[in-house]
Amino acid sequence: MWKPQAQFAGYYLAYEKGFYKKHGLDVTIMEGGADFPPAQLLKEGKADFGILWLSAGIQRYSQGLKVVNIAQIVQRSALMLVAKKSSGILKPQDMFGRKVNLWEGDLRIQPEAFFKKFNIQVKPLPQPYTVNLFLRGGVDVVSAMWYNEYHSIINSGINEDELSTFFFDQYGLNFPEDGIYVLRERFEKDPALCRDFVKASIEGWLYAFKHQDEALDIVLKYMRKSGIPANRVHQAWMLARMKDIIVKKDSLAGSIGILSREDYLRVAEELKDSGLVIDAPSYAEFYKPAN
Amino acid sequence: MFRNRSLAFKLILFFSGSSTLIFLLIVGSNYKFSKKIIRKNIEQNAQNLTLRTVNKIEAVLASIKKVPQNLAYFVEEGNFDKERMVGMLRVVAANNPEIYGIGIAFEPYAFDKKELYFAPYYYKKDGELKLDYFGAADYRYFYEDWYQIPRELNSPAWSEPYFDEIIMATYSVPFYENINGQRQLKGIICADISLEWLQKIVSSVKVLESGDAYLISKNGTIITHAVKELIMNESIFSVAQARGDTQLREIARKMIKGESGFVPFTSIVRNKKCWMYYAPLPSTGWTLALVLPEDEFLSDIRRHNLVVGVLGLGGILLLVFAVVLISRSITKPLRGMAKAAEAIGQGNLDIEMPAVKTGDEIGKLAQAFGYMKVSLKDYINKLTEATAAKERIESELKIAKEIQTSMLPRIFPPFPDRKEFDTFAMMEPAKEVGGDFYDFFLINEGKLCFLMGDVSGKGVPAALFMMITKILLKNAALQNLPVNEILYRVNNILALDNNTAMFATIFCATLDTATGDVELTNAGHNPPLICRKGGEPEFLSVDKGFVLGPMENTKFTIKKIRLGAGDMLFLYTDGVTEAMNPRKEFFSEARLKQTFSVLKEKDITEIIRTLKSRISDFAQGEPQSDDITMLILKYFG
Repeated sequence: MWKPQAQFAGYYLAYEKGFYKKHGLDVTIMEGGADFPPAQLLKEGKADFGILWLSAGIQRYSQGLKVVNIAQIVQRSALMLVAKKSSGILKPQDMFGRKVNLWEGDLRIQPEAFFKKFNIQVKPLPQPYTVNLFLRGGVDVVSAMWYNEYHSIINSGINEDELSTFFFDQYGLNFPEDGIYVLRERFEKDPALCRDFVKASIEGWLYAFKHQDEALDIVLKYMRKSGIPANRVHQAWMLARMKDIIVKKDSLAGSIGILSREDYLRVAEELKDSGLVIDAPSYAEFYKPAN
Repeated sequence: MFRNRSLAFKLILFFSGSSTLIFLLIVGSNYKFSKKIIRKNIEQNAQNLTLRTVNKIEAVLASIKKVPQNLAYFVEEGNFDKERMVGMLRVVAANNPEIYGIGIAFEPYAFDKKELYFAPYYYKKDGELKLDYFGAADYRYFYEDWYQIPRELNSPAWSEPYFDEIIMATYSVPFYENINGQRQLKGIICADISLEWLQKIVSSVKVLESGDAYLISKNGTIITHAVKELIMNESIFSVAQARGDTQLREIARKMIKGESGFVPFTSIVRNKKCWMYYAPLPSTGWTLALVLPEDEFLSDIRRHNLVVGVLGLGGILLLVFAVVLISRSITKPLRGMAKAAEAIGQGNLDIEMPAVKTGDEIGKLAQAFGYMKVSLKDYINKLTEATAAKERIESELKIAKEIQTSMLPRIFPPFPDRKEFDTFAMMEPAKEVGGDFYDFFLINEGKLCFLMGDVSGKGVPAALFMMITKILLKNAALQNLPVNEILYRVNNILALDNNTAMFATIFCATLDTATGDVELTNAGHNPPLICRKGGEPEFLSVDKGFVLGPMENTKFTIKKIRLGAGDMLFLYTDGVTEAMNPRKEFFSEARLKQTFSVLKEKDITEIIRTLKSRISDFAQGEPQSDDITMLILKYFG
């Protein structure tokens, strides 16, 4: 996992409310981060389960780290581009020739496909950890997670109606993000354990959505423990957006965690097109639904 | 709802109510006005204090900014090799205590065409200077805010403050080189500056008792605050969002835009009503805000208002007391008079009137009231006397009436041993003593006299006249005179001293019991009905004659008829024919004749009784205005 925040509320809740224990799982939550990428921890056997983005999972697999997806928690991509309306950017074409902050690596696949789709050339700049460059007017367009940076922008005094937003999932570029991964050999050894882990995690998510205040208390507790600026309003926004992207509209709660073939193929194709992977595993090979 | 309340109550309510209202209006407007003045003064003070603090901070910042600015100048001008550059950096770091760390970061390959990174950085740790070189796969410094912002904006810039054990901010200055006459960015000088001194300056700002100041960054993040937990965790926008306070968000937007103002504000931690003065720190784009609890700066005028309120309350109480006294002086005699009037109403005229000595309206009313009581007492005494007198007369009249009635023969049948005739009569007197009478008596064994009369007028005179007439008639009749002679003589006696011109109508007849011969005469009386056996009743035609009393020597004619067995004569007074119903219709001769015809076969007693009840039915409760007198003589032969 990454640093503690509401993006991972479900796992913290599953741990704190004893859902893991209930399934006979003795779980320790490890903080990830730039220095400890979850995939690395999986590889070194320091972690049994890791939260990876689908695009990252496919890449690791094709690079030889045989991880399998046992649950696709996030269904809808929260990645987006944001621009100030005052900069004259109202539609994708307006970004032509503008300075755009882009994250590195996986996070760059969608925006690049997006620019290709609209045949736009932009001046890309590496995106720092904050959106300050964008706020100060150093760039015209910034990448943002809907549940995180977008709210930081709003919480820095720019109103929503002053912003132009471009959600990739609305432009045919829905890359489902957080999923639960495990080494293939580990899965083959004990699929029941994996199944229990997924079940308990989903239980944690459902509990968090139902008891938002309690969930926020727990998340904030972990954030303070890690010395991360903890802002309840921001985490509340994050948790609400997580619900939006985890629970598919007009679908039952029981359908949480499913990786659809369509989503998988879209991401795998896009990865191949952009040259990030040479060969992607098959859907069946990669996706091992725990149920 | 007040209609039935006492006068005192109304007076108190009115006076105290209106004066309280006036008082409250004055105090309220005074409060509002003085609040405005105080707020204005406070705003002025807050502005001065804020600007003073801003200037203080700016002065320090300006001196701190000079260091990296000068360094940038040196780096641009001099062509240093690595060793000299690091040496210079060390000197700068060592000689500027407020600088925690300082570095010179070059653009990729800008210092050495073979090196991607070149960024020496001196920092202080445990009182020692340490050298570090930025730049690694996991720390590509040109991705950092402190590098990118000045680079992209082409100007020096303060970073957002951040927390690294202590609160810090980085001031970055870009430096350039001239390539073919073009200024091109070569790198960024970064100076990490501890903001502890800033916290000290801001936290030393104290206004009133609990007023304080805080600082927010360009993004609205709280940089300094009396409550440590808020620092770097909360922003003014997150506070606004948590409260759902869109107004605060608008204020916050103005704050970070570099505006200044004085606005109402609810303090972040204590949720207390405050006012806030905010002004920008121009060089950083941060904002200093001074928070003043309203209750504290209004406490003086609130105290003042309390004093005014207590005084006013005392005044109103005094006023109420005065109103009570005045209204008592008015209402006490009024209450006394009301009580006296009630007693008088119940008939107690000897009640003592309340003593009122004043000459005002109340005094006059009391005087008039006393006079009224005396007059009333007088009047009632007179009335009592008059009533007693009237009652005496009435009882005497009643006796007279009884005497009068008792003088008429009232035992029926009157001659139980005589089979050849029978007679029945009745008189129903009207309310007052009237003048009707009847009489029948035997003059000798074979001759019966029967008569009926009606004296003019009513009351005692009529009764007396009737009695005289009746006695005179019987007296004359007993001398066995012809009937016209009887009337002639009685008339002359009555007319003799009749100054009052009273008169009587008389019908007088005698019956020869053996033959049925009847001699009859009339002095202005209603003609009797004759009903032959088996025939219909008819009015007997007889000379009308003149009434008895007014004129001497009046002649009366005599008429003779013979009654057969079963024939009847019916005598009556005008009380019968002139009995009235509520529509003012008379019973009339026609109705009498018709009624009699229906009853003719019945017994004479029953005929008269039935007639009487028919007359009563006809009257339908209309009071009887005249005596009703009837007499039947039936001859059996």
